Amino acid sequence: MTQSRYTGTARALHWLAALLIFCGFGLGLFMTGLEFSPAKFRYYAWHKWIGITVFLLTAARLAWRAGHPAPPLPPAMPSWQVRASLASHAALYALMLAIPLSGWVYSSSTGVSVVYLGLVPLPDLVPKDREVAKTLLLVHRSLNYLLAAIVTIHVAAALKHQFVDRDGVLDRMLPGR
Amino acid sequence: MRLFRPFIPSLAMLLMASSAAGAQAVLIDKSEIRFISRQMGVNVEGRFRKWKANVDFRPKDLAKSRAEFEIDLASIDLASEESETEIRRPRWFDTAKFPVATFQSTAMKDLGGDRYEVSGKLTLKGTVQDEKIPIEVKKDAAGNSVATGEFTIKRLAFNIGDGQWADPSVVADDVIVRVRMVLPRAG
Repeated sequence: MTQSRYTGTARALHWLAALLIFCGFGLGLFMTGLEFSPAKFRYYAWHKWIGITVFLLTAARLAWRAGHPAPPLPPAMPSWQVRASLASHAALYALMLAIPLSGWVYSSSTGVSVVYLGLVPLPDLVPKDREVAKTLLLVHRSLNYLLAAIVTIHVAAALKHQFVDRDGVLDRMLPGR
Repeated sequence: MRLFRPFIPSLAMLLMASSAAGAQAVLIDKSEIRFISRQMGVNVEGRFRKWKANVDFRPKDLAKSRAEFEIDLASIDLASEESETEIRRPRWFDTAKFPVATFQSTAMKDLGGDRYEVSGKLTLKGTVQDEKIPIEVKKDAAGNSVATGEFTIKRLAFNIGDGQWADPSVVADDVIVRVRMVLPRAG
């Protein structure tokens, strides 16, 4: 028989990723406007570490999902909604990989290597170039706003399933039991 | 505009070299003054875009050899324009008051092989310190002499980045300076 809910591992990874993305996104918005200060340096480092963690988590989630398929959607769901669900989840996974990578490559282009948790030096993906850096920063920001838009739809859809359709879709991902 | 920038110091060098007897015009475009500063556990490299050098290096007559450098501190190349603006401020370089750093050699010693030691006085933000810089001199394919050296300074000893920036866990006290000077073949 097919499972009606996501596995405990999948749910734990989902909510951990959600928390980290929320913090990383908020920190990103907050830190860029700060005065030059040691605190700002720390926030930038933390922001990068959160991003790399999200990348690793996403890789782990995809690997887990390959062996543990998502539980089925309600049979009554209209096919356009099923297609929209598949497309938005694919986009979320793609962005959770692409956004940390775009931040990493941007950091490289400014001449600042990423050292994960202050311990693991990651290779520079591109040489230092100020013009390239400006473009890469724009790419990093744009991908983040795109993610914010899709996450908004993701949350709105989950709430609609829960409170309007009452079809148990959200329950597949909620913690507990 | 960018194309012409390297020629300005080169021209200054030619003028300086012709006025100082015996001095070799350092090939500025091939030479560099870089540094590495550790920030939040990350080695971040920078360099100075503008500096002058007056070098008279005679391996067989080290007593007559000398090396003088004048570095335009505001010409620093860092990760971002924001940090370049910041480092010119009083709590860092204070370039309005101390626009240049200088190094004046006082002695040179043969360490054997291609290795030498250049002793001298480094003046930075009003503080003078004695430095000993080990260098290695090699010939490149074109017959130029290429001198490379590395030494470490403590930024806090020069009051660079004090106050809230004094915490070495954010910006380390040690700054590694790497110098590469290319001198044209003699004659």
